[in-house]
Amino acid sequence: MLTEEIKHEIEAEAERFERKQAACIEALRIVQMHRRWVDDESVRDIASVLDMSPDEVDSVATFYNLIYRHPVGRHVIRVCASVSCWLLGYERLLDHLIQRLGIAVGETTADGRFTLLLNQCLGACDHAPALMIDQDQYQDLDVANVEAVLEHYQ
Amino acid sequence: MATIYVDNKPYVVNEGRNLLQVCLSLGFNLPYFCWHPALGSVGACRQCAVKQFKDEKDKRGKIVMACMTPAAEGVRIAVDDEEARQFRETVIEWLMANHPHDCPVCDEGGECHLQDMTVMTGHNYRKYRFPKRTYQNQYLGPFINHEMNRCIQCYRCVRFYQDYAGGQDLGVFAAHDRVYFGRHKDGVLENEFSGNLVELCPTGVFTDKTLKGHYTRAWDLQTAPSVCVHCGVGCNTTPGERYGLLRRIHNRFNHDVNGYFLCDRGRYGYEFVNGERRVRTPLLKRDGALGPVTRAEALTEIGKVLSGPAVLLGIGSPRASIESNFALRELVGPDRFYDGVSARERQLLSAMLSTLRAPGVHSPSLREVGEADAVFVLGENLAEVAPMIALQVRQAVYRSTVPMGERLGIPAWHDSAIREAIQGRHGPLYLATVTGDKLADVATRSWCAAPDDLARLGFAVAHCIDPTAPSVSDLSEELPGLAKEIAGALRSAQRPLIVSGPSCGSLAVVQAAANVAISLSAAGAQHAALCYDAPECNSFGPALLDGHGLDEALQAAKSGSVYAAIVLENDLYRRADRAAVDAFLEGAEQVVVIDHTVHDTTKRADVVLPAATFAEGDGTLVNNEGRAQRFVQVFKAQGDVQESWRWLGELSRTAPSNGAWQNLDHICTRIAETAPALGEIARVAPAATARFLAQRIPRQAHRYSGRTAIGAHVNVHEPALPEDPDSPMAFSMEGFPSTCSSALTSAYWAPGWNSVQALNKFQAEVGGPLRVGNAGVRLWEVAEGHDHKYFEVIPPAFQSREKEHLAVPLHHIFGSEELSVLSPSVAERAPASYVAVNFRDAEALQITDGENVQLVLDGIPYRLPVRILPDLPSGVVGLPSGLPEMSWVKLPGWGKIVKEVPA
Repeated sequence: MLTEEIKHEIEAEAERFERKQAACIEALRIVQMHRRWVDDESVRDIASVLDMSPDEVDSVATFYNLIYRHPVGRHVIRVCASVSCWLLGYERLLDHLIQRLGIAVGETTADGRFTLLLNQCLGACDHAPALMIDQDQYQDLDVANVEAVLEHYQ
Repeated sequence: MATIYVDNKPYVVNEGRNLLQVCLSLGFNLPYFCWHPALGSVGACRQCAVKQFKDEKDKRGKIVMACMTPAAEGVRIAVDDEEARQFRETVIEWLMANHPHDCPVCDEGGECHLQDMTVMTGHNYRKYRFPKRTYQNQYLGPFINHEMNRCIQCYRCVRFYQDYAGGQDLGVFAAHDRVYFGRHKDGVLENEFSGNLVELCPTGVFTDKTLKGHYTRAWDLQTAPSVCVHCGVGCNTTPGERYGLLRRIHNRFNHDVNGYFLCDRGRYGYEFVNGERRVRTPLLKRDGALGPVTRAEALTEIGKVLSGPAVLLGIGSPRASIESNFALRELVGPDRFYDGVSARERQLLSAMLSTLRAPGVHSPSLREVGEADAVFVLGENLAEVAPMIALQVRQAVYRSTVPMGERLGIPAWHDSAIREAIQGRHGPLYLATVTGDKLADVATRSWCAAPDDLARLGFAVAHCIDPTAPSVSDLSEELPGLAKEIAGALRSAQRPLIVSGPSCGSLAVVQAAANVAISLSAAGAQHAALCYDAPECNSFGPALLDGHGLDEALQAAKSGSVYAAIVLENDLYRRADRAAVDAFLEGAEQVVVIDHTVHDTTKRADVVLPAATFAEGDGTLVNNEGRAQRFVQVFKAQGDVQESWRWLGELSRTAPSNGAWQNLDHICTRIAETAPALGEIARVAPAATARFLAQRIPRQAHRYSGRTAIGAHVNVHEPALPEDPDSPMAFSMEGFPSTCSSALTSAYWAPGWNSVQALNKFQAEVGGPLRVGNAGVRLWEVAEGHDHKYFEVIPPAFQSREKEHLAVPLHHIFGSEELSVLSPSVAERAPASYVAVNFRDAEALQITDGENVQLVLDGIPYRLPVRILPDLPSGVVGLPSGLPEMSWVKLPGWGKIVKEVPA
């Protein structure tokens, strides 16, 4: 069930558009803001608020890599896996994170602290390798300095 | 017309088309995936690349997508260009990178567009040596099998399912190289046209699940041109047989009727032909039980009665062919031939027929339904009673918005841009039905009311259009405004269309629709059309033979006369009150039933003769627009099964009668002589004596395999080919595979084109009519002049009653039709019986959804679970029509709902 608060936020967004289906992306973002990820029930609930079928909402949800359809941890690490970062050795950085956190890409640590994902290009080629944790970007990383970065996120 | 240059040769082509359309129409083999003649262009697959040149001096050119480039005057392109050719080969190599190459175990193999296109581009060797992307498949219900690994992301499935058919539960998920076509969750694909994915998917992602149950390669199927028997629209089909089993139904293109598509009832209803309830030998009742006998015994037994004193009554059937009904009429005489439908249905059919044949009223083909620019549906839940009409109405409301896009400079074929421009807007569609309709998502206005109120709306609309039409007094609430709005929309349209029919059982509704059509014609509308749907595959057939009413025949039981009855392909218990039928069958000296399937009436018969189904015999059916269409025998059934008209011919020879026909042409000639309304019947298909290069047309593909081995476990000698006295087709792969008559063409094939897309090669222009013309003959065309005779009887407004409810029939695409529901896949989709009540009535009666109640109709109690249907008008309850477990009830009729008191 969507809470009344979430429902109101979605409806407020929907009013801004000629057709309320246009608020689908916003609705997904709102649910994720409150719940960190979007579960199947929320997909159905959004569909009924916006007069769509669950299939239509899920088509949008699964298209975007920033909408999570699986549970994620408190912090999401997105390691850039694009060309510049590859040239400058993001794989070493990634291997280190995998070892350090004890999870594979796409998984969440047992304590729910981190989820590890790959991302194609964070737009920081001049300071590769780069990664993002939640809303923050970190550049010029290597095995040595990444530890300090993780410490900011408990 | 425009002149374009292809490979430096000039061609004159139709303007307003794209290059892919014109190249295919000119006969070039240009590969494509995402484009489909019925779906238009989106430019998704990048397969149809050609090189375009600025002018004759331009030697470099640039690669463009043919499907996205207009065929404008002076355009110069090269199909046969090395760079373009390599581009096309590379595209297919990408598409094939993740394709599993599992053709040997794929159901699509042998009729696969992807196979054809791969060969066409010359991509012969695979370079990709890495793991392939794989997916989980989904359960999609009893009709469709899902194998996502084969997908090449052409998007045809979702474009058809969502954009063309209005389905909402098939989508495209994820992104990049993980794109997934399926449902949000495993489950039944709900749209009633889901089966078309089988033919639309260019590869084997969506395949026919019922075919999988008895799989046969396409090239091993024996096929013949046929017509669907599961409603009155008369879609053209290609049934395929092997080893005496009917294996599947495919679409057979008829530009005037079903085009490229079929509904799921038509595609999956076929398994009754293989069913356990088939009658395969003559049956004779001895000591109260029916048992198999030889045909001679059965005929002798019937002969005794034919030559006896009993008056012979013949009861025809709207699901039997014209020929069979006529043969029965010949045997018993026109005075004792009865049309075999209930009194109410007879009344409705005859009103529809006389309106359609009156001057000034045009009965549109299904294609013309899709070309209307304003539609008013009165009384019919089209998706349930005639799904293909609903599909065309959906196209009509979309197409009538296309000019909006064209004004922005977007060509009509540019599907994605047009849809972007119109933003979900649609042309005028008004729905007036008893309960909510599946077309409501594209309707301008939907209005639910009791049948009498629907009729009043129709009469009011007619009066608004033409003030000389009878007016409706004291219209309630919103009606005058609604009537005016509908009248305005119809008046201002170029091609207004009224769709109505008999499904809510109201003569007033049928007459009101007629008045609207007449009023438009009186008001000077040149292209107004009136489309009535017909409930069964040959509903108009017996009516055109001037049959008497079934109820008159049933009266014989009361008259005390000595009579015997021949019942033709008809379960009388589905037509009339059980007690009346019981009395009629008991009172008869002898009851002969000729049918292919066991039902309550065959169980009460003294003699049962095994009739051929549509797949095992030849005959002609008349559809809802008045089009006579031939179905040709697909295979010889085992045993004594033969067409009813053949049985009746044999009976005639044992009796003093004049029907002495040996084959279909004899009987058609006789029909043309005797029944003026059916004078054209012999023109429906070429005579059995026709030959093509002195040969017959083969029913089997030239790749048909195992001919000498097929019966080797019985006899190593190749058996003689069965004879076909009724059509110029042969039960063989030999002959001349002529496509010069569409009435005799069941499958299309051209070198390099093994899939259903081979059809392109046989159309004058891709997507258009066949070069040789479309099958079927219209029995009447709109006569000159105007018939301003309006129906004058307007029913009073519906008044709900204190203690009673008006029970109306509710139709179901899966379940309401007698034969298709015998198919296991269709039966799985059929609802259980119920009584539908709206919220307010349920509250007043203190009943809840799912609770069992008693509905008392004509004094007979029916125990049924309640289904809450919000759109149903107050005072009206709905009963599912024709479900196997429901006995016949006269509907509409007043009934009483009694709440069950817990014991």
